Amino acid sequence: MASVTFDHVVKRYTSDLTVVKDFNVEVADKEFMVLVGPSGCGKSTALRMLAGLESISEGQIRIGDRVINNIAAKDRDIAMVFQSYALYPHMSVYDNMAFPLQMQHMKKAEIDKRVKSASSSLGLGNFLDRKPRALSGGQRQRVALGRAIVRNPQVFLLDEPLSNLDAKLRAQTRIELQKLHRDLGTTFIYVTHDQVEAMTMGDRIAIMNAGILQQVGTPGDIYDHPANIFVAGFVGTPTMNFVAATVQDGVATASGFHVKLPKALPAAKGILGFRPEAVTDRIPDPDSAMEMKVDVVERLGSDQFLYGKVGGDSVTARVDPRIKVEPGDSIKLGLDTRTLHFFDSETELALL
Amino acid sequence: MSVVSPATKPGSPATKPVNLERRSLLSAIRPSRAILNIVLVVSAVFWLVPTIGLAIISLRPESLFQQSGWWTALTAPSQLTLSNYQTLFAQGLVARGVLDSLITSLEITVPATLLVTIISSLTAYSLVFGRWPGRSVVFLVIVGLLVVPIQVALIPVVQEYRVFGDLSGFNPFGTIPGVVIFHVAFGLPFGIFLMYNFYSGIPKEMLEAGRIDGAGEWQLFRRVALPLGLPAAASLMIFQFIWVWNDLLVALIFLGNNKHATLTIFLFEQTRTLAANYWIISTGAMISIFIPLIVFFSFQRYFVRGVLAGAVK
Ligand SMILES: Nc1ncnc2c1ncn2[C@@H]1O[C@H](COP(=O)(O)OP(=O)(O)OP(=O)(O)O)[C@@H](O)[C@H]1O
Ligand SMILES: [Mg+2]
Repeated sequence: MASVTFDHVVKRYTSDLTVVKDFNVEVADKEFMVLVGPSGCGKSTALRMLAGLESISEGQIRIGDRVINNIAAKDRDIAMVFQSYALYPHMSVYDNMAFPLQMQHMKKAEIDKRVKSASSSLGLGNFLDRKPRALSGGQRQRVALGRAIVRNPQVFLLDEPLSNLDAKLRAQTRIELQKLHRDLGTTFIYVTHDQVEAMTMGDRIAIMNAGILQQVGTPGDIYDHPANIFVAGFVGTPTMNFVAATVQDGVATASGFHVKLPKALPAAKGILGFRPEAVTDRIPDPDSAMEMKVDVVERLGSDQFLYGKVGGDSVTARVDPRIKVEPGDSIKLGLDTRTLHFFDSETELALL
Repeated sequence: MSVVSPATKPGSPATKPVNLERRSLLSAIRPSRAILNIVLVVSAVFWLVPTIGLAIISLRPESLFQQSGWWTALTAPSQLTLSNYQTLFAQGLVARGVLDSLITSLEITVPATLLVTIISSLTAYSLVFGRWPGRSVVFLVIVGLLVVPIQVALIPVVQEYRVFGDLSGFNPFGTIPGVVIFHVAFGLPFGIFLMYNFYSGIPKEMLEAGRIDGAGEWQLFRRVALPLGLPAAASLMIFQFIWVWNDLLVALIFLGNNKHATLTIFLFEQTRTLAANYWIISTGAMISIFIPLIVFFSFQRYFVRGVLAGAVK
């Protein structure tokens, strides 16, 4: 049993610098949980508290049923992969991977067996005698993974392990990490600031902003039902459209169009949100059609994104790539009303 | 790189401007290079002349010392002989006390050097990677101690030794441990400063990874910080060794009436005897130069640059 529970956890550096505020998350056994948020939001701090590298100011962290607040890092049965890899430069790849096992006073033969099997599964078999400086970035990253794997820990922590890799290697390693998670059957907690990584890898995602947990859910859940404006804007590329709107009699009116809401809401001013893929050249309902003055056209082969103005609001639309549109054109677009979001302009919470 | 106009032939035009550029760059550098070299050579000669003179004196027969300057040997190399060294090693070494003072110097220098290196490394490790409050204040105090000149401490320390002697029955004054303790105490601030700066360059994650992987602080020190800090520790050892080896003042005062003298005291006393034995002074001085040189060259190989390469990124 290696579930991980953050129970009202607070991290305070000084009395007026609180970087993690009332953090509550339950990570199930064998789950791949991604902690995501913009730079400086406290993700690493949360992870480092779990690892035992930072003290916990308030609250409890539990692994299984064991409260670990006062347990030393080395006794938490956790392995961590650092963004910088933190390999020992004076040791060979073999010794780097053997180090944690030597610290546990494991028998030489067993160490050898584990290191050999981990290194061959990571494709490092031929590099065991090399020093880290003679490895490529991708190989170093795998040594760092190997050092964690050999330990066979209860929980795997990964703090932005892919951010030093180039785009192609990153995409490839993303898939390998998911496979690794399946093979090991261990709880993974993965920190990143990249929402694409979060969406593609996580069983569930926890989104943080400014030290505060915003929402926890499956990628689909978070994409379709963001809890607030921050989450709605953080997840998805291009970002969701936000336009100021007034609701009256079940109809939301913006500066350039109006749309019938799928659910009744009390009359209010607020923010209407809809993703670019909800604004297309198909017009399901002529009532909610809008006229866009196109500023920028972005053709990606499979998609074509239009950036422009609808009334007074900036809107992004995704249209058929075969349509020929030039900057300066006006184009008539339709809105898919099934995926509308409406946010309170004060609390920024989702009402719809 | 300059832009090649499309009209010119491909291939050749691209190389030409580059060559020109390089030539003009070189000619711009050359005069200042030459000046730099001259300055270096002049200062090297300036520094070396006394040592060369000493070396030549030690290689000339004692009888010639009164008759002509050592530089005459430059035009008449036949003067040079190893007879002084032969005499020294054949009979003078023990009889004249050279060997005894050599051993005394080593008895002081080796422990003082090792202790400073070991204690500095441990202290710096704790100051850099430890997790106790007030580390930076302690470090600042230690750096502040760097400015204390040893001369002002000589008499207070002698008094402290006496007090310690009254309390414990062992007065370090006049003993070899007494000299060693003084050297260690005054070597530590610089040693800690040097090791602190070096350890500060080791990424903290490396130690954190070790802590998570089950290593205790002692293991982290021995298996991570110590091997990575070897270049710094080697330079510290050399500095400390040379400093203690060449010391006269501290030994003169703290050895008191001890019947053993360091090599520096020995040489110093030879110059004071009326019938100064220049052959033994010059050969003894050469021996006292050779030992730090041996230390320097044997630790030189640890000055490997870029030991941290590959640690991160
Ligand atoms: N030792 C410290 N003392 C004071 N503040 C700190 C300390 N360590 C981190 N912080 C602050 O805590 C906040 C959260 O830091 P943290 O490293 O958790 O961010 P992060 O979400 O991991 O960001 P990134 O994506 O850039 O790694 C930051 O604003 C940072 O300045
Ligand atoms: Mg971080």
